[in-house]
Amino acid sequence: MLGIDDPFVLAAYFGIIALAVLSLIYGLIRRNAARDEVTPEDRQWALEEKKVDDEI
Amino acid sequence: MSGTSSVGWIDIVVILAYLLATGYLGWLGYRGTRSAADFLVGGRSAHPIIMAVSYGATFISTAAIVGFGGVAGLFGMSLLWLTFLNIGVGILIAFIVLGEPTRRLGHHLGAHTFPELLGLRYQSRGLQVFAGAIIFLCMPLYAAAVMTGGAVFAATQFGIDFEVALLIFALVTAAYVIPGGLKAVMYTDTFQGFVMVIAMVFLLWFTYSSLGGVTEAHQYLTDLANMVPPPLQQMGHQGWTAMPAFGWGAPSYDLWWTVITAIILGVGIGVLAQPQLIVRFMTVRSRRELDRAVPIGAIFIMLMTGTPFLVGSLSNAWFAQHGPILHGKVIAEIEPAKDRALVELMKKSDSGEWATIVSPKTNKPATASMIVSEHAPAVDATGQTFDLVGGRSTAITYVKGDADQIIPVFIASALPHWFGIVFFLALLAAAMSTLSSQFHTIGTAAGRDLYERLGDKGHAREPSLLVMRLAIVAGLLIAVTISYMVRQEYVIARFTAIFFGLCAASFLPAYIGGLFFRRVTKAGALASMTVGMSVSLFWLLLIKAKEASAIGLVQWVTGGKTSLLADSPNWPSVDPIIVAFPAALLTLILVSAITRPPDAEHLNRCFPD
Repeated sequence: MLGIDDPFVLAAYFGIIALAVLSLIYGLIRRNAARDEVTPEDRQWALEEKKVDDEI
Repeated sequence: MSGTSSVGWIDIVVILAYLLATGYLGWLGYRGTRSAADFLVGGRSAHPIIMAVSYGATFISTAAIVGFGGVAGLFGMSLLWLTFLNIGVGILIAFIVLGEPTRRLGHHLGAHTFPELLGLRYQSRGLQVFAGAIIFLCMPLYAAAVMTGGAVFAATQFGIDFEVALLIFALVTAAYVIPGGLKAVMYTDTFQGFVMVIAMVFLLWFTYSSLGGVTEAHQYLTDLANMVPPPLQQMGHQGWTAMPAFGWGAPSYDLWWTVITAIILGVGIGVLAQPQLIVRFMTVRSRRELDRAVPIGAIFIMLMTGTPFLVGSLSNAWFAQHGPILHGKVIAEIEPAKDRALVELMKKSDSGEWATIVSPKTNKPATASMIVSEHAPAVDATGQTFDLVGGRSTAITYVKGDADQIIPVFIASALPHWFGIVFFLALLAAAMSTLSSQFHTIGTAAGRDLYERLGDKGHAREPSLLVMRLAIVAGLLIAVTISYMVRQEYVIARFTAIFFGLCAASFLPAYIGGLFFRRVTKAGALASMTVGMSVSLFWLLLIKAKEASAIGLVQWVTGGKTSLLADSPNWPSVDPIIVAFPAALLTLILVSAITRPPDAEHLNRCFPD
């Protein structure tokens, strides 16, 4: 099939496409499923991270 | 073969347009929100495309495109399994399974580097220092792979020496990372990511269409199986669209063990333990942002790795159909019905006689499999008349066996020159985004994880910008020196695989144990990292023949052999990760089982939910 005789190489070829499709489906299904909340702890962490980055 | 060095007005327009767009986006970014942390501080959400492409641009570099693309040109489409793992492990498992727990643990503990995350999780300053030292000492190897990839491409595209290209590349890198380009400007990362995507789509389309279509291209490559160079056939190479021969106990299975354990598993699994990628999960705003980034990340990685692996393999078909005509004398028939023969390569001397080309590697006459298309009587150096044949060969012949040259030479030979420029700029962008994160990691490992933690009398020192800058300069110098000194077979992919394998064996058990298992102890993590690192180094220095023989210790120990297991077929081809990772994992489990569980109060801080 597709000019490739080795089934293991074909499996990788189609496996890549299948994983990409799976990822698209996952992204669509989970698009708004998880909570999107920034806690004070998250903000504090980001402030410190910004400080470290700015130092460099 | 060498590339063309002429730069026309179209090339200049392309370069200027690219630089102007990058500069404008960089300026926009510096005026406002620029990094992931800025988005988080501002309480805003980075668009999933920006987050995913920016992550991908850090992951993908010249190492993947030039190095591993070249390995695919050498070994074939079996490398597509690496793309499969890059998506399945590097995107799906990393984003869905590890991303959110890493983000939460990092924020609960206030960790900003990977060694700090481990150190705080296991309440161990020693563990943080140990992890920081591994990163500081080994990351330059990976940076060297990225720099070599960029320099090889520039040398071919612009027709300059590798050393000159490396020097220019090193200066550009230094100018980018030392004054402060380390901070990832997400808009420019994303723009550069888009340029890479467009370049890859065009490259894939061009390659397939120039070979007559997808099935026709694959079929032609499949039919070239008997053109595989004899030394590769003896290792188990069965053609560019076939897996290497699988088995154990004979040299004809060496290639399978090299490709599967070192190239595919080492890098495919090692990506989970890359410090510069793990830290990116902490800069993400929420689980939702991670979920939304999965599809874009998967498509991006599919194009960035799948394309060079396919094109690298197919370049053999392109050169067999369109490559420059080579000349020589037939020494053995391969398939007379298809005019295929093993040919001793020859070139015409200034005096008009045909002389044999001597391979500098073997000091013997250079030979190649050839599709013969012309015959003519000719005179050799001894004055004898012989049948001079002309024809084409596979990519491996045109690059003289140097896999790192396959993608650059294919692009310089097959594609329009303006595309070579665009591709070079895309590669430069890929290299810079990866190098900046690598040197950022080296700087923070030295400054935050080593210098601050190794304070006087057990007290942490104040942060030192100077130490970070010096560490970055030292890392850059080491990387450039490695790139300059080591020019061996598919060295870009090998350096990358060594670093990814070392990270997987040293960090992965302790990292995953720290995220998901409360019972894992400080002693268990420390022992696991020690065992993973020690076994990896032992294997690289004394067992894995390619690396061990290049370093030289094994010859000194054994009196000239390239491996302690040189007499046991296949063992010298097995990658350290196959032994070191299970050993590290087992150590983590056993030592944790017999040591005191972590303090309950600390665990509640790590996992308050």
